[in-house]
Order: sequence, then C-alpha cells, then structure tokens
Amino acid sequence: MSKTNLTRRGVLKSGVGVGAGVALPTIFTASSASAFTNEPTGGSVTLGFNVPQTGPYADEGADELRAYELAVEHLNGGGDGGMMGTFSSKALDGTGILGKKVEYVTGDTQTKSDAARASAKSMIEKDGAIMITGGSSSGVAIAVQGLCQEAGVIFMAGLTHSNDTTGKDKKANGFRHFFNGYMSGAALAPVLKELYGDDRKAYHLTADYTWGWTQQESIAAATEALGWETVENVLTPLAATDFSSYIAPVLNSGADVLVLNHYGGNMVNSLTNAVQFGLRNKQVNGKNFEIVVPLFSRLMARGAGENIKGIVGSTNWHWSLQDEGSKAFVKSFGTKYGFPPSQAAHTCYVQTLLYADAVQRAGSFNPCAVVEALEGYEFDGLGNGPTLYRAEDHQCFKDVLVVKGKENPTSEFDLLEVVQITPRAQVEYAPDHPMFAGGALGSCNPGA
Amino acid sequence: MDAIILQILNGLDKGSAYALIALGLTLIFGTLGVVNFAHGALFMIGAFCAVTLQRLLNLSFETIDPDKTDFLGQPLKVKTPYVESWFGPDVGATIIDWSVPLAILFAIPIMLVIGFVMERGLIKHFYKRPHADQILVTFGLAIVLQEIIKANFGANPIQTPAPELLSGVATLMDGVVYPVWRIVYFCFAALIIGGVFAFLQFTTFGMVVRAGMADRETVGLLGIDIDRRFTIMFGLAAAVAGLAGVMYGPINAPNYHMGMDFLVLSFVVVVVGGMGSLPGAVLAGFVLGILESFASTTWATTTIPGINQIIIYLVAIIILLTRPRGLMGRAGVMED
Repeated sequence: MSKTNLTRRGVLKSGVGVGAGVALPTIFTASSASAFTNEPTGGSVTLGFNVPQTGPYADEGADELRAYELAVEHLNGGGDGGMMGTFSSKALDGTGILGKKVEYVTGDTQTKSDAARASAKSMIEKDGAIMITGGSSSGVAIAVQGLCQEAGVIFMAGLTHSNDTTGKDKKANGFRHFFNGYMSGAALAPVLKELYGDDRKAYHLTADYTWGWTQQESIAAATEALGWETVENVLTPLAATDFSSYIAPVLNSGADVLVLNHYGGNMVNSLTNAVQFGLRNKQVNGKNFEIVVPLFSRLMARGAGENIKGIVGSTNWHWSLQDEGSKAFVKSFGTKYGFPPSQAAHTCYVQTLLYADAVQRAGSFNPCAVVEALEGYEFDGLGNGPTLYRAEDHQCFKDVLVVKGKENPTSEFDLLEVVQITPRAQVEYAPDHPMFAGGALGSCNPGA
Repeated sequence: MDAIILQILNGLDKGSAYALIALGLTLIFGTLGVVNFAHGALFMIGAFCAVTLQRLLNLSFETIDPDKTDFLGQPLKVKTPYVESWFGPDVGATIIDWSVPLAILFAIPIMLVIGFVMERGLIKHFYKRPHADQILVTFGLAIVLQEIIKANFGANPIQTPAPELLSGVATLMDGVVYPVWRIVYFCFAALIIGGVFAFLQFTTFGMVVRAGMADRETVGLLGIDIDRRFTIMFGLAAAVAGLAGVMYGPINAPNYHMGMDFLVLSFVVVVVGGMGSLPGAVLAGFVLGILESFASTTWATTTIPGINQIIIYLVAIIILLTRPRGLMGRAGVMED
C-alpha cells in the first residue's frame, strides 16, 4: 500500500503557487519572448472593442459594436467590403491583417473611467488584444488612452470630443479620428453669424466635466470672435436630470441665445426643459431667442423628439452624405442591420480600417511601426473627404458638418439635415494652440 | 422677484415628484414595515406605461410611396397609425396627442397588479427579516426591473410629449411665464395626495389601515385581516408612484434609470419628514424641492460651489441633528 505525503498545508501551498503562475498576466510572461506587447504568433490577431454596453450610452455602444463587427467582417473578406472599396489606400485585401484572421473581444466601459480601464486591461492581459478601440465619453477615452500607453498597445479612440484627448492628455499610442470641441466652434461660428447675426448675448449651460469645459471654452471663443457676448456660463452636474432651475434664470438674463454644452441624456433633458419654458418662442433684445447644441448625435436627436427641430449643431459625419465612401458604408451597414449608422458607428468603423491599414502598410503589428505609419498619414474615401492624421498630436483633420434639426422628417432616422460642410482648412489649428496646451505626446511604447 | 417666484414654482414642481414617491414609500413603510428600495423603479415603470401606450397607439400599417426613397434607395414605406385609419386622421391624431393623460387609465390597473405581485411574490417573504435584507432584496429587484426596461426600450430617453393643448407656457403675472404642463403636474400631485389622505381619513378601509399602522397586533386580534389590507395599500402605493411617473414623462423624457435618480432623494425626503409620517413626507418633499431649486441658481452656485448637489443632504443632517425623528416623525417608529 503506497503512502502519499499529502498534507492540507502542502496542498494549499502548491495550489497558491500554481494559481499564481497561471494567473500571472500574459503581458509579463510574454514580454521576454516578444518584441512588443501581445505580438500575434498564430494565424489570428485579436482586437479589443471597449464600448458602453450598459449605462446611459448603451445604445451608442451597441451601434459602435455593430460597426466593429462589420469592419471585422470586411477585413476578413466577408460582406461587400464596405469602405475598403472606396478607401484611398489599397493595402487591405480582405485577407485579414498581414494575412492573419481578425478576431475580437469586447469589453463594457459602462461609461465609467475605472470600469473602462479594467475592461481594457483585461482584454490586453487575458485576451491578448493588440489594439483597443471604442468609447462614447471623453473621460473614458482619456483614461483608456493612458492605460494603453503604459501597456504598449495602440488605442484608436471612438467617440470623444474633448480637446484634451489630443490636447493636454494626448499620448503617442493614442489616435483620434473624431473631431473636437475647437473644431465644432470653428465650424459653427460662421453659420451662427449668418443665421443669427453678430450681435448676440449667449448664455451657456455646461456639463461639469472635461468635455463640457473644453467645448464651452471653444464655443465661447469662436462666438466672441464674431462679436457675441458670453453673458454667463453655468456648470451643471453630470447627474442632473431636471434643468428647470438652470433654465429659469436664462429668462431674465438678457441673453438671446442659449448654448447647451450637454451630450446624451443631459442634452435631451436640458433641451426639452428649455423648449418647455418657451425659450424658442421668446423675443429678447428685439430678436428671436435661439438655442444651439454644439455637438449633435442622431441617436440623441431621436431622444429629444420634436424639440430638436430647427436647432443648429455640429457632427462628425451623417448617413445622408453622398460621397462614395459614405454611400458604401451606409449600404453595408443598412443592409446588415436595417437602419443607417450613427456618427459613433462611422468613426469606430473607420478607426478599425485605419489601424488595419497602418499595420498592413508598416508590415508589422509593432505599435511603434503603426504609430509611424499613421503619423502624418493623408487618406480619402472614408466619408469625410481628404483627411490628415497629424503627427504632432494624433488628431484627424477633415471637413466638419454643421447640421440642423429637420423640420419635416420623412422617417425616424431622417432627423438632421446638413446645413454646411465646413472645409478642413477652416477648422485647423496650430499644435501649440493654447486650448490644447500642456502635456506631451511622448514616444511610442511597444510594451515589451 | 420674478426669478424668486420662478424658483419657488420649480421647487413646488420638483417637490411634487418627491412628495408622490415619498408618500408611497411611507405608506409601505408605515403599513408593512418594509424599506422598499424598488419604489423608484415603480415610478420608472409608470413612465414606461405612458411610453407603451404611446407605442400601442402608434401601431401602424405600411404603404409604399413610390415617389420617395428610404436611406438605402428603396421605395419609402410610409407608416399610418391604425387609430388614424379607424377614427379618421383628425380624431386619430388627437387620441395619439393625448396619450399621456390616457396613460393614467392604462397605468392604474398595471401598477396595482405589479404592486400585488411584488408584495405577494417577493416582499412578504422578507417581513420578518432585518431591514438590511429588505433593502438588499428590493434594491436587487429595482436593478432587475430597470434592466428589463432597458432590454425592451433601450438606454436612450424616449419622448412622451404633453398634449398640444397643455404644452407651451402660461403667463402667471407680469414677466413670469411657466410651462403649462408643470402646473398641471403640480395640480395632479396635489389631487393625488389629497385623494390618498381622504381615502385614509374618511373611509372605513382607511380607518382600519390607520389603526393597523398604529397597532397591527390589536387590529389582528379583533379578527380583521390586516395583511390583506396592507397588501392593497402596497398596490395603492405602487399606483401612486406609477401615476407620478406617467405624468412626469413630458417634463423629462423617460429612461430606464429615472427611478434610481429619484430614489435616494426620496428616501432622504422620507427621513427628513419623519419615518412613517405621511404629512411629513409630503411637507419634506415640497420643502426640499424648493431648497434644491434655489441652490441651483447661479447666485447660490457662485457663492458656494457645489451647493446644488449637497443641499438636500446638508438639510437632512441639520434636521436630524436638531429633530432626530424628522419634521413630523412619531415616537417609537424606527427607534428600536
């Protein structure tokens, strides 16, 4: 009869040792053998799609995820190829990325910075994601961008509009295709002057976080340059739902324009409250009272219902654009899902193609090679006209759309009409512009 | 002066919602002794009753308009609501326009049933358990309910506009204009609160319930089935919260999270008013609504940054330090 030397303490010790070894993040164990973090070794490569699947922006996150799935399908040679057929670069051929089949994992940002970082970390360390992309909030984008810089993976930002993402919080491993608050101001100002004149008094209600602050600063600067006066800027808590207490003072402030630096549920509620208080039918200083919503989204516009009609704002992209790239994307997306894509879906789809294309052109998944391929890269055919990924701050420069809530929509998707396509030159700024000052891009981090 | 009047009106309006939710919470606590963290979810479900009725009234059949195209270039499918084809375009459009007031009738039976099911199916099993257990189970229920709503209606707000006749603003006095629907909401809240008090005060059923709230055991010894009456009160509290939600839709577009937004504040209202005190809950609802409204003014936030976010809790601390039973709390309630 054999005798074993198993003891309770011994089993526990061994268990802890083995467990720790297994649980040791691959990011550390792989580093000694790889040139960079999560270097793909098999026949596939994994991308990490970090989007809000729960929380207030879940609908936007769902649309982003649809776009990512479509992009993966197209990269692997499925479907009709979408924008790959109109993209000015012909490096992608439908055989994955560098011949490796594209796979993906998803995470839930919950539109919370800590949750977004945790899910990105998990996708990098446990799932071996080589690139992280997504998000519907600037706070989340900045947090995840910082994490990706430390971990040595590329971050292709989703919907983030704060100047800080490619301003004081810019990182070498991070890239933003979406436009920003400064660009909204630069695009909107001439249209506002044309529609409402140059003698206006503006009252700002601003969401009290990074995106709200930078957007308010941008819009105030752009409108003050026109001759408008900023009467007041009131910061509103992000958790606010009833804005009546903030709207009531507007009535007697002498202002004749209300600028709502709000997004998502905040925008829907503040705009609804403003309309309830009769601001749109009010006459002040001998002029019609006007409301401006600098950042528009079709998904949000749907939530605001009738209140959105005639309200002017800006957007990164709209499904009604008639360039070949936009038409191809709308056809692919609409055929697969039955409705047109949102601007969030568009930017996420484009970011995935741009990453894949950069890897293909660089001939390597090494983040530093990807950074080099994207910096200063000029491209076209992805829905926004000729576009530049500027090397100094990793911000895309392209045309910006000024839109207006449609008076007579023909369908539930037909909520916004494009008033003007503002040319890229009009929204460009110097890399050292004061609104983007502070912070440094640093150098790329391959991780290993 | 105009600004002060406007903020008082805003406060009364906010207070109406707080008071209605707090009234239901207090009814449940006072009768069943349960701390119901799912009460905010009932407010949210009420709002989604209005959304559901709006969708039902907008159920449509499709016809093809060959002259127009959709976003994919296909012939456009034009939707016509059935009610418009049954009753004619004008009457049909009016019925759809009045969907929120109609939703009151739609919501009452639904909320009563939800209340009964909640109480009989889950909460009654926790009567004898500690308050912490009741809070955990009802909070969990609230999360389940809001996730069900999100799965079916999405995460974005959905507009439930007021009828055109009750939209727009009313001029109350020179220079003071106020949204008509908010005035309607305040009047509606006053009516419901008055109705609940009258029901408890002037009916035999209400008298028994009040007796049960004061001494449940003695009422039971008299051979009265107090549990059945308390179950009905739970349904009534659910209906009050639901109606508050139905009518709140035109003020702020319903979304799955709206119950949670009100829940914590409503609990503070109940505590400030005095646990188990119905008049206290109503009084505290209006007082805190007005204070919150004034704390959100530019003058207040400039003088004390962040005061708008802490005012309710600050007042709660002061009141609990000076009057530990709340404004109108009764001795012996929650003091064991």
